[in-house]
Amino acid sequence: MSHVFLYALVGVGLFTLGLYALIVHPHLLRKILAINVMGSGVFLVLVALAARTGGAVPDPVPHAMVITGIVVAISATALALALMLRVQVEVGQAGLPEERLE
Amino acid sequence: MIEKTKQKTLFRLVLIMLLSALAAGLGYVVLSLPTQAPGLSEQVTANLVRSGVSNPVTAVLLNFRGYDTLLEMGVLLLALVGVWSLGGIPEQRKSSPPGPVLDMLARLLVPLLILVAGYLLWVGAYAPGGAFQAGAVLAAAGVLLLLAGWRPGTRFSGLPLRIALVTGLGIFVAVGMALILLERRLLEYSPSFAGALILLIEVAASLSIGITLAALFLGGRPEVEPRR
Repeated sequence: MSHVFLYALVGVGLFTLGLYALIVHPHLLRKILAINVMGSGVFLVLVALAARTGGAVPDPVPHAMVITGIVVAISATALALALMLRVQVEVGQAGLPEERLE
Repeated sequence: MIEKTKQKTLFRLVLIMLLSALAAGLGYVVLSLPTQAPGLSEQVTANLVRSGVSNPVTAVLLNFRGYDTLLEMGVLLLALVGVWSLGGIPEQRKSSPPGPVLDMLARLLVPLLILVAGYLLWVGAYAPGGAFQAGAVLAAAGVLLLLAGWRPGTRFSGLPLRIALVTGLGIFVAVGMALILLERRLLEYSPSFAGALILLIEVAASLSIGITLAALFLGGRPEVEPRR
C-alpha cells in the first residue's frame, strides 16, 4: 500500500508549493493559481487516502467530497477572477503593491 | 537597493525553512495514518442496494449525502450572483474574429459534447460519471461557443437564462420538500423511487451546472432586452 502514501505525500508537496507561491508572488492572478494548486494538493491527499480500504473499490465518501470540493473551488476561482478584473479596472493593476520589509 | 535584495533573499530563505517544516509535519501526519482504513465504505456497500443507483460515488453524492450536493448547487449559484453583482460583461480588447479552424471546431465539437454529456449523465448510475461530469462537459461546449464568438441573444439572457440557472437547485429543493411532506426526512428517498428521483435531480442539476459555469466564463451579467 506504499503507493497510496506516495500520492498523499505528493499532495502534501503540492500544497506546500502552492502556499509558497501564494506568499511570495504579489500578482493576484498568481495568488489565485497558487490557491488552486493548494486545493489540488488537498484533493490528491483525500483521493489517495481513500484507497486504503484493502479491497478493490476505494472509499466513495472522500471521492464524493472531492467532486463537491472541485465544484466549490471552480466557483470560488471564477468569483476571484471577476474580483481581480474589477481591481484591475479600479486601480489600474492586478497586483498588490510592492512589499516593504522594514 | 542591495540591502533590500538581501532582505528579500533572507525573507525567502526563512519562508522556505518554515514551509519545509510544515511539509515535514504534514508528511509525518500522513505517514502515521494506519495503512488499512475502510472508512465508511462498508456502510455504503451495505446500503447501496437501497440507494437506487449502483455507482457508490453517485449514491453518496445524491442519496447518502444529498445535503452536500444541494448546498454545493447553492454555492455555484451564489458565485454567479457574486460575479453578476460586479457589473456587466468586462470590455474585451479588440480581438480578431475567430479563424476558420476554431469556427469549424466549435461546429463539430458542440453537438458531440452535448451527446457525451448525456452519456455521462446516464452512465453515472452504475459507472464513473454523473451530474457534475456531464455539467462540466456541457460547460465546455458553452465555453467553446463563447470563444468562437457566439453570444446569447438579449431575448434569452433575461428570464429564460435565470430559469435555466435555478432549475437544478429548484428541483433539488422541490424534491426535498416533497419528501418532507410525505412524512420522510429531507432527501430521504424511498428505495422504490430513489433511482428515478436521482435521475430527475441529476438531469436538472447538470443542465444548471453547465449553464452556470459557462455564464461564469462570460465574466459578468449579460445585457437584457429593455422592457417595453
